[in-house]
Amino acid sequence: MRPAPLGSTVRSEQATPPRKGESPMRLTEGSRGSRILAFGGYQPANVLTNEELAATVDTSDEWIRSRVGIASRRLAGPDETVEDMAVAAGGKALAASGLSAADIDLVIVATCTPEVMIPNTAASVATRLGIVAPGAYDLNAACAGFCYALGTASDAVRAGSARNVLVIGAEKLSQWVDWTDRSTCIIFADGAGAAVVGPVTEADDAPGIGPVVWGSDGGMADKISIADRRSFIHQEGQAIFRWATTALHPVALTACERAGVDPASLAAFVPHQANLRIVEAIARKLRAPQALVADDIVHAGNTSSASIPLALSRMIERGQISSGDAVLLLGFGAGISYAAQVIKVP
Amino acid sequence: MAMTETEIQTGLGEIIDEVAGVPADEVTPDKSFVDDLDIDSLSMVEIAVAAQDKFGVEIPDDELKNLKTVQDVIDYVRRAEVSA
Repeated sequence: MRPAPLGSTVRSEQATPPRKGESPMRLTEGSRGSRILAFGGYQPANVLTNEELAATVDTSDEWIRSRVGIASRRLAGPDETVEDMAVAAGGKALAASGLSAADIDLVIVATCTPEVMIPNTAASVATRLGIVAPGAYDLNAACAGFCYALGTASDAVRAGSARNVLVIGAEKLSQWVDWTDRSTCIIFADGAGAAVVGPVTEADDAPGIGPVVWGSDGGMADKISIADRRSFIHQEGQAIFRWATTALHPVALTACERAGVDPASLAAFVPHQANLRIVEAIARKLRAPQALVADDIVHAGNTSSASIPLALSRMIERGQISSGDAVLLLGFGAGISYAAQVIKVP
Repeated sequence: MAMTETEIQTGLGEIIDEVAGVPADEVTPDKSFVDDLDIDSLSMVEIAVAAQDKFGVEIPDDELKNLKTVQDVIDYVRRAEVSA
């Protein structure tokens, strides 16, 4: 194309470079809604019972059951890492979803107990699962981590940042517990749970993940903490119990309201498995009589970000909840942080 | 108007029945929460939260360890009412 002669008023779009600041951007095409395609859970093989704990610290099966509702918990082996457990749970969820590794664009690992801070867990997990070059990051919102990760995964699918997302909660809390401290060593455990998040189908575009309701309060940061690299988990049990049993049911009910789901129609309530008494106290305040209340803590212990997907995996395996059921999730813990959303069972 | 000891005891009995399943008539002033009523530290938190709703008196976690008997709670609520 010949250049336009000097002084000509004829302008060519191709010949004229865009002026600084005038280049418009396009946005990706997202999905009208997101849904969970499948769950997967992994628990380590080693079982630690209350009786075994009572042989090493001053406690008893009766005391532990009445205070926290745990009968036994699972602990990772000495060479079993958070990454190993994340791969096991993530692989199960991916297989159950019917997708292939190439369909996953983003991997989020919610964990507050990574083996090391650098590198992150998610990229290594993705590589081991054969997921090539996805976006990958770890997310630390402690025991609220899975609900935070599910919320951001859902947003990524809806915004078009990812077609499908693998969300994993994985923890090895046993390495951050003082095994001579009877107030904490009876509670915490190891495990991983995962979900595959993708777009709603064209045939049925009803969303399968409701809006996340989340928050935090750094003013209560010292209520659950690990003081430094050589310290162990410390928590102020009464303060946490008071907060959890008074501040969280409004969060859960708001999640129902935002999703347009009547609590009375919930098939299940799956809160973070912190302590069975907290779980039951919150459940009583929801006025959701039909909802099966998850009690996975009895045999899993408190596995932080893994507890919700682990409980969901088991409930689906046992046929306690069915495809299409509305289930309320509520994560809460250190930070302090909390998040809730309603999901439909895949 | 400040509540009488009997009114507080009755209200506390209702709370403890609801929180811990202990019959209200067993909740008498001399009873120890731990030794007589089998109420643990977490139930004490639930009682404190319920007491705040019922009596309008806040009982912080730090105070709970000092409240060993039913009379201790009655005294605490009455003192808090006076200072309020």
